[in-house]
Amino acid sequence: MIPLATIEKTAETLMEKAAIEIPEDYLGGLRRCADTEKGDLSSFVIQAMLENYEAAKEDRRAMCGDTGVPRWYVKYGNDARPESGPIGVESALRRATANATQSIPLRPNRVHPLWRTDHDNNVGINAPEIDYAFHPDADWIDLTTVHKGGLFGSDYRMLFPGDGMQGIRRFFLDTLVAFGKRGLACQPAIVGVGLGGSKDACMVLGKQASCLRTVGSRNPDPKIAELEDEFKELGNSIGMGAMGFMGSSMVVDCNIEVGYCHTGGMPMSVHMFCLSSRRATARIHGDGRVEYRTDPDWFTDYSRRATVEWHTPVPMATE
Amino acid sequence: MASTIKTVELTLPASVEALRKLKIGTVVYLTGRLFTAREGVYKRAIEEGAGMPAANVDLGTANFHCSPAASIEPDGRFNVGAVTATASFRFAKWLDGWFKLSGCNIIIGKGGMTSEIYRNVFVPNKAIYLTTVGYGTGALLGRGIKDVPGVYWRKELGLAQAVWVLDVEHFGPFIVESDLDGASLFERENEKIAPGLARLYEGTKPATLRRYGETDDKTDEVI
Repeated sequence: MIPLATIEKTAETLMEKAAIEIPEDYLGGLRRCADTEKGDLSSFVIQAMLENYEAAKEDRRAMCGDTGVPRWYVKYGNDARPESGPIGVESALRRATANATQSIPLRPNRVHPLWRTDHDNNVGINAPEIDYAFHPDADWIDLTTVHKGGLFGSDYRMLFPGDGMQGIRRFFLDTLVAFGKRGLACQPAIVGVGLGGSKDACMVLGKQASCLRTVGSRNPDPKIAELEDEFKELGNSIGMGAMGFMGSSMVVDCNIEVGYCHTGGMPMSVHMFCLSSRRATARIHGDGRVEYRTDPDWFTDYSRRATVEWHTPVPMATE
Repeated sequence: MASTIKTVELTLPASVEALRKLKIGTVVYLTGRLFTAREGVYKRAIEEGAGMPAANVDLGTANFHCSPAASIEPDGRFNVGAVTATASFRFAKWLDGWFKLSGCNIIIGKGGMTSEIYRNVFVPNKAIYLTTVGYGTGALLGRGIKDVPGVYWRKELGLAQAVWVLDVEHFGPFIVESDLDGASLFERENEKIAPGLARLYEGTKPATLRRYGETDDKTDEVI
């Protein structure tokens, strides 16, 4: 039985880590951008951001003043047994979100869409969002928080098979050019692309590709992995760097996730996880041990479920 | 790197002479008093006719488009963590009235506005636009805040939309996006990037299904 107190305390720590500590994989990617950037203004911006991450860690203050909209991704091992069940976990995550907003502090961004009223704590109707996944043969719970900012940088479009690969390429460019100007997307970014699924699934896949996969990760399909490399290169050849100034630092990495879709369509979404790519993960084991990390490890062979039925791989007997 | 970029320390309130020395692309650090105001404040001050929440001398004359990541402790102390700007183009419609009402001559924000707004609204009011860097260097800016002498309209507008008065020291970096001539650094950069776009799009054609209001001119902006 995993104690509820452990879940709530871990969740509060995750809120703080996400807000303050830039993940190593993103930092490494941004440093590589800094090494190759020729534009003087774009270089200046990246350098200022690198200093900003240090200041955030030293002072234990949020790296960006817009601390995004905190949300949760919970992955249950099939044998995980949290105290008070999944309902208990949800209440712990809501409490942790509210408490951490006050204690770090985060900006209380969440308001009612119509009345613009809020509780000053990032909690409200349908907020924070909590998404779930499951994993076979495990007794742990993985908690991931993502504080994605951004009123800009995401878009969706229903393409058709006739639009083809060039149509995908064009919509990718459209989104990056439109939101890259003036740096509205807060690039260099981890660009996530969702291809296929139904409309909502397409948005979810693209968002998760940007927020829950790390810089340097590749899709297991080698042809999609090649496309990820190609789109990263394409984005960086627009001529635009940080803040939309001349340069080559637009895409820290490109991650693509796919889902089977209607035979007549080819829906596509594009999402950009910004210069403050806030994510943090913890695994709470069945015995209460907690391990923190920055790779959510959200996409797995199981989560992608490529076959009709999922079977736990059985080790082959030696010949 | 960055050796060609000029850096200026500016004291607030800033005189017209001091602003005249700033050209687009100059890096600026601020020392003095400024305050946050965004749509909630503009609506209340201008549309609802409430006027300013306090005198110029109490607020300063530099307006930051910002909501801080901040909380108010039970004993009434202000705990300001990180601060960064929000995108300014959404506030353009209030600015002419705002300059006259507030006496501000510096707007600090994210992403700037169009040069048309600069020419028509900023230049006649002798005002410049500073953009935050990144975005956003929230922790560095947070470090530059030395005191919070007041928070106005906290109850009326909530923490995020309230007027936060900030006393700052070596607060930055910012980049001059528009100077007293009304030029825009972002538009200058867009023009430099535009010629390469056609090559990128080569071999692609517009999507089969169009959208109302859509432009296919890649030199256009979405703001």
